[in-house]
Amino acid sequence: MNFAFSDEQEQLRDAVRKFLEAKSPSAEVRRLMETTEGYDEAVWKQMAQELGLQSLHLPEAHGGQGFTFVELGIVLEEMGRVLLCAPYFSTVALAANAIMNAGSDEQQGAFLPGIAAGETIAALAFTEPNGKWDASGITMEAQGNGDSYTLDGTKMFVIDGHVANQIVVVARLSGTNGEDGISFFSVDGDASGLTRTPLATMDQTRKQARLDFSGVAATPLGDPGSGWAALSKTLDQAAVCLSNEMVGGAQKVLEMSVDYAKVRVQFGRPIGSFQAIKHKCADMLLEVESAKSAAYYASWAAAEDNEELPVVASLAKAYCSDAYFHAAAENIQIHGGIGFTWEHDAHLYFKRAKSSEILLGDATYHRELLAQRIGI
Amino acid sequence: MTGGSSTVRDVMDFTDTPEEAAFRDEVRTWLGEHLVGEFAEIGGRGGPADETSWDARVEWERLLGRDRWVGLSWPEEYGGRAANSAEQVIFNEEYAKANAPARVSFFGEQLFAPTLIEYGTEEQKRRFLPKIQSIEEFWCQGYSEPNAGSDLSNIQTRAVVDGDEWVINGQKVWTTLAHRAQWCFVITRTDPDAPAHKGISYMLVPMDQPGVTVRPLRQMTGTAEFNEVFFDDASTAKDMVLGEVNDGWKVAMATLGFERGTAFLSQQLAFQGELAELIEVAHKNSATDEATIRQRLAQAYIGVQIMKYNGMRMLTSLKKGALGPEASIGKLYWSTWHRDLGELAMDVLGPESQIVVGEPGDDYALNELQRTFMFSRSETIYAGASEIQRNIIGERVLGLPREPKIESAPKEKT
Repeated sequence: MNFAFSDEQEQLRDAVRKFLEAKSPSAEVRRLMETTEGYDEAVWKQMAQELGLQSLHLPEAHGGQGFTFVELGIVLEEMGRVLLCAPYFSTVALAANAIMNAGSDEQQGAFLPGIAAGETIAALAFTEPNGKWDASGITMEAQGNGDSYTLDGTKMFVIDGHVANQIVVVARLSGTNGEDGISFFSVDGDASGLTRTPLATMDQTRKQARLDFSGVAATPLGDPGSGWAALSKTLDQAAVCLSNEMVGGAQKVLEMSVDYAKVRVQFGRPIGSFQAIKHKCADMLLEVESAKSAAYYASWAAAEDNEELPVVASLAKAYCSDAYFHAAAENIQIHGGIGFTWEHDAHLYFKRAKSSEILLGDATYHRELLAQRIGI
Repeated sequence: MTGGSSTVRDVMDFTDTPEEAAFRDEVRTWLGEHLVGEFAEIGGRGGPADETSWDARVEWERLLGRDRWVGLSWPEEYGGRAANSAEQVIFNEEYAKANAPARVSFFGEQLFAPTLIEYGTEEQKRRFLPKIQSIEEFWCQGYSEPNAGSDLSNIQTRAVVDGDEWVINGQKVWTTLAHRAQWCFVITRTDPDAPAHKGISYMLVPMDQPGVTVRPLRQMTGTAEFNEVFFDDASTAKDMVLGEVNDGWKVAMATLGFERGTAFLSQQLAFQGELAELIEVAHKNSATDEATIRQRLAQAYIGVQIMKYNGMRMLTSLKKGALGPEASIGKLYWSTWHRDLGELAMDVLGPESQIVVGEPGDDYALNELQRTFMFSRSETIYAGASEIQRNIIGERVLGLPREPKIESAPKEKT
């Protein structure tokens, strides 16, 4: 039994942390969050070319490095720590996994090398205005046959959908319900009939778009109609990825709180000497460490692709969502007035915590999913 | 960095090493051969607030002791197996899986013996360890007093030298299983003029003497595993001090370290079992139809699984010799989880939860879920209350400043 990262994995963490500290300081996050695109093209290229981050867990046969979800989790944790503004989660954790789960080997060969090289920004267009995360939320119908389908309808809350040059769309064959008929399609970002509208997001560090499809030509990824298993797996993997990203942010706000509690003096003593503050910090540590245990274990299950994955994915997503939001909220409270200002970074983490909690289904949703998955 | 297909050593792995697998096999085989007949019948019996089948459990544990499963972690020269932390966990896992009886020698084997091995003289170790292993002598812990709970250094029990002996006067409280014990490790004040943490000695006191009175303390559960212990000119030999005279605080804290440290790792499986039983109850009475109960059951499941993951991270860092922050949260984590489970159990049972065992007029007796509900209230108090745990985490792990001390005066002389 060994539940720790290897030396090589820790080296990866160090390299990514160093890079992100240089490329994504608070000032840069604040600059990018005010832009519509929401990322820096040069940094995106460097991530691919200098660190190979986009190619990390992609198969070696398709331009990847063949690492696992454990390494991907480490990278996402570091990104969450600095609130990196980049279409990484959408491209790697959502779209690339969808392509690997749904697409044929030939299709993977066609799409993955572009992602690996940092040339393709990809998005997964899955949710609709109904805001549901399960199969029943997918109402967009695909018409056609063979290699030729058209899509009509609206996809909402699509992470980085406005900047993606490849969009993986989840729709259903007409006349199907529930988990039947779920299908994956690939659509070019500039396809005719596709209207992309950036949305004004509460969490400005993670961009979302509305995509309106009007007779958009689409290429099937894998066999149309039998995509549910691939989608379910993609969502589980993404939940694991997001859990790791949330752990990075949660650890960071804990550090912010503790650092501040040591230096802020009231009533003649550092506020961290008061049990009212000290105990908040202790509870945050308990939850952050537990969130790490859950997220890391989930990464391992995703890497092994074992039967535990669905259960631990929901487990990690539920726990990490609560832990991050609680820590981010306590961080504001511990900072007092300054924590409520625009100038202080506390609100950026608070907003990211909330958007991450909602993304892929909140804690309540995942607890219910977990209950079903363990037979309650 | 090289590709994932290259040799990566030391990656995450949740399987046994060949040595661990062989050890697991040995434990399983032994339990399979010995946990039979009357011992199998008392499987799973007993627990923190349950003295059911005490005599049979003692007999069973003597068998464990005979084959050196008691004192697993002790050095071989003292009859132990020098088992590392991973092997101890494996033993506990297999023990729980086999539904073996609850252990009777916790205070002697798990708390006192490790302290004795670290601080005792050779003579003391030779005197006490064999009888702990053979389950001939039970121990109890004489720490808390009426005015020394969380503020343990405020103890008032006094010991003075008289010839070849220490003479002890004072009162201890919440002394678990004192009515069963032959010996008590007692912290006493041996220098009343020294500051609170100084002047304390860690003494080994025989229970069977006129100066020691044990009075059972009935708990909210109706049972009485806790006791008050009164020392009225009780005595023990002059060499029955562990560590140096007046330097017992350090020794006492070492014992607490064992209590708060790895001991809880073995509880996770039992908790998992309790939750599984509760889920079964919830299925049977259709509580699982209610959305909020479903949420809470799922949350309890998440909690007990993370307890396991936290434990595995801690075990790994123990192997590597450097405990991480996850080690400090164990006590706070499990006691809170178990308390929540007890509350959930009552809500799952609904009105049925309000009916105890037996007829009106019988002794007050609880079923297992009710016992969890009640007894778990003590778990967030004993072995360092949750508030003390949060102080420890805040100060020792996060480095937050201590509360300013009220200048501690020498203890009042009475």
